[in-house]
Amino acid sequence: MPTSLVEGDSLLAVDVGAATTRAVLFDVVEGGYRFVASGQAPSTAEAPFKDVSEGARNAIENLQAIIGRALLNGSRDLITPSQSNGSGVDAFVATLSAGPTMKAVIVGLLTDVSLESARRLTETIYARIVDTMSLNDHRKSEQQIDSLLRVRPDIVVITGGTDGGASRSIQKMLEPVGLASFLMPADRRPAVLFAGNQKMESEIKSLVGSLAPLLHFSPNVRPSLETEDLDPAARELARLFVNVRKKQIKGVDMLDIWSHGHILPTGYAVGRMMRFLSKVYSSTKGILSVDIGASASVISAGFRGKSTLGVYPQFGLGENLPGLLNYTTLEDILRWSPLDIPSDALRDYLYQKSLYPSAIPATKEDQALAQAVSRQALYLAMQTARRDFPRTASTLKSGLLPLFEPILAGGGALSDSNRPGDGLLLLLDALQPIGVTTVILDQNNLLPLLGTAAARNNLLPVQVLDSGAFLSVGTVVAPVVSTTYGAPILRAKLEYDNGTEARVDVKFGSLETLPLPSGTAGKLTFQPMRGVDVGFGPGHGGTLPVSGGALGVVFDGRGRPLNLPADGVRRRELIKKWRWTLGGE
Amino acid sequence: MQAPVHHILALTTIVRERVLPVAGTVTARLNQKVSSGDVIAEANWAREHILLDVARALRVSPNAADRLLKCKVGDTLAASAEIAVGKGLFPRSVRAPREGKVVAAGGGQVLMEVGETRLELRAGIPGTIIQIIPGRGAVIQTAGALIQGVWGNGRIDTGLLVSLVEKPDAVLTASRLDVSLRGSIILGGSVKDAETLQAAAELPIRGLIVSSLPPSLLHLAREMRYPIVVTDGFGTMNMNSAAYKLLSTNAKREVTVNAETFDRYTGTRPEVIIPLPISQDPTVPRDVDTFAPGQQVRLRRPPSAGAIGTLVSIKPGLTILPSGLRAHAAEVKLESGELVIAPLVNLEVVG
Repeated sequence: MPTSLVEGDSLLAVDVGAATTRAVLFDVVEGGYRFVASGQAPSTAEAPFKDVSEGARNAIENLQAIIGRALLNGSRDLITPSQSNGSGVDAFVATLSAGPTMKAVIVGLLTDVSLESARRLTETIYARIVDTMSLNDHRKSEQQIDSLLRVRPDIVVITGGTDGGASRSIQKMLEPVGLASFLMPADRRPAVLFAGNQKMESEIKSLVGSLAPLLHFSPNVRPSLETEDLDPAARELARLFVNVRKKQIKGVDMLDIWSHGHILPTGYAVGRMMRFLSKVYSSTKGILSVDIGASASVISAGFRGKSTLGVYPQFGLGENLPGLLNYTTLEDILRWSPLDIPSDALRDYLYQKSLYPSAIPATKEDQALAQAVSRQALYLAMQTARRDFPRTASTLKSGLLPLFEPILAGGGALSDSNRPGDGLLLLLDALQPIGVTTVILDQNNLLPLLGTAAARNNLLPVQVLDSGAFLSVGTVVAPVVSTTYGAPILRAKLEYDNGTEARVDVKFGSLETLPLPSGTAGKLTFQPMRGVDVGFGPGHGGTLPVSGGALGVVFDGRGRPLNLPADGVRRRELIKKWRWTLGGE
Repeated sequence: MQAPVHHILALTTIVRERVLPVAGTVTARLNQKVSSGDVIAEANWAREHILLDVARALRVSPNAADRLLKCKVGDTLAASAEIAVGKGLFPRSVRAPREGKVVAAGGGQVLMEVGETRLELRAGIPGTIIQIIPGRGAVIQTAGALIQGVWGNGRIDTGLLVSLVEKPDAVLTASRLDVSLRGSIILGGSVKDAETLQAAAELPIRGLIVSSLPPSLLHLAREMRYPIVVTDGFGTMNMNSAAYKLLSTNAKREVTVNAETFDRYTGTRPEVIIPLPISQDPTVPRDVDTFAPGQQVRLRRPPSAGAIGTLVSIKPGLTILPSGLRAHAAEVKLESGELVIAPLVNLEVVG
């Protein structure tokens, strides 16, 4: 990249998570943007600080110590623009996931249409839907009012009506919202996003405008019955989320000022990056990003320019952990554990961990529990996110995941590990990808920051992605097959650039690897057995170019869907074997 | 690195805000000395509402209905009281279905609050009112011992502390509870069964301090009318030695069990307060510290979860833990003499 194409602006990005705040510096090195370094500190949204700027400043100070360059002045304010002595930065962006899960009420006309759009829209922020109102809601108005007063929502998302269409029904449904807001203390009234019939703006203003502390309007999520367009509304909701947080948590306003408004909910920023990447990777396959952290599990997928985003606080690994049992059982979590752990110990773990979201496993037993919980949370998040994938997404068999290339993964549960194999096995278990795909670990959790930075500098994300800031774990080959344990399913030959080759026979139920170091490439030839599909059709082989990674080429011969043995002793032995194959202990 | 602080203090100044959940009237005065049972604020609170569509009932337009209303916002109406009467020889009327207060009227509708109950906010802790929060409550200051917990069932009460445990790993069972304990605050160990909580309710006692509760008992614990503070965690955990020493040596004293729900964002935590006579105000405890050798620390996660120890040294750089994770860590000498390596994020300073 010629230097002349890059203006040379340095950019500092801060991600305020539930447990950890990270400060990341991007700057121009040898003519292109590079990830320079990151510093981190415990987040400070909670008491006793109740001020996220403290954690942000601490993280920036830790970054300063690493890079040997001042970014804050003596008053701990950001030095901007960069100075001739090397101090300071030219731009600042931030992402935010810290803070209590927001309570949202969604309002729409038809359950399967506008309310469903409202649900999808609300799942783009860190919110839990606590009540829904639609024409199918048979409660009396006063019951709806009492419900709203009881649940005290932070946000009300209103959809419904095609542009120029129904308005009286929406008016009727907004009556309880307006009356409940009127009855609430002014400082506890919910913010409102209206993403419905665009002709109703003035009526909405008169109905709830004086009662909502924040009232935002966005283009209709359902401009017509057949069309759904969430993106503009999601952008507005992201802004509303930040504005609500500014009222709830001290210091968010300061980050907003430092960033000149370039602050986004972390999950939304990931979604934006995936939208961008799905346009860049013009493949027939989709592109997938998963992030599992204390605040939420975030699943974002792109399919030829179309993207989906699901932010699931109910599957986060922090304060919401006990609520995980509303969606799964202790036994289903423990099936992933390599150790024989009593179910009561797991239940105690979920409650105890919720007290201390930033605590990490220090022992093998605690790590086994943490990893089992992470797997099940991510598995559930993936199953939930799949509902919204396009029906046209390419797959090898109905009921399985669509084909993805690549899969990007981040979040504390993956990036803290010292062994990439642990993270890869977690992803293979929880996501159960199919066919041939590359798995990339976002070990510095850069993806959301790049998504936010893109608005300030569209060159930066592209160049950082190309610069090797992400860890390529390897190429995964996951045949779609179901047969008996130990049956041969696939033969593969890897030809290296230097002319040498390696072969592997994959048996059902096993994991196998072929070394292919990062930065190298090879040619992989498959010979699947009858009925086995790696993407060329059942029983059909072929040759693909593959790129290297920390674990080379990984063959997941465990079948899809992955069925773990019911016998606990055998299952745990197998899990230990799989971990060992991928470099674990 | 900054360190969270878990308060277990033999003598400190304690300042607590006590507020109503809804707006009301504050009855306490600035500088007033209060005991834990004194009412400091009160409010009327209606949980239900009734929306009456007057226009529809009278078959008139909303504007016309507004003109026919016989009540206004703020009026208290008896059941069957007339709200609006139509016109004509045989006029229709709208009556209040229940006793209540008109909270909104307009657009042809009347919204009433019904089922009003009276809330009384008690001081909870004995002390001095140092600030009035208009319409909501007050700030109370006292001095004494403070033992923070990790879970509370949302209630508060005061009584004489009776210790039923001889060591930090004891288990409290229903058989230990007899009528002589009625009205007491019980220092128990770990509670493992519902019978113990129910037996305590039947006496009744005024409060229960336990080291741990199994998660399966939390629902029942929330329903108990006496406050319950859990000092250490869920499952079966010993009481940390610092809390045990302080509580067991203060048996027979009057203590307040403030079993507030733990809220990480507001900072409210369940706690036990033991008011003590003082000649001058002790220092206010600090809420945050910086990790340093010599500090008394508590381990939040295994190994030795809940144990108290002394921070010996902070390891340079990142340490690879037995779990395989990399983290900033410290060497901690437990009271047993055992040395353990713990990540800093799993430690809290006791003080």
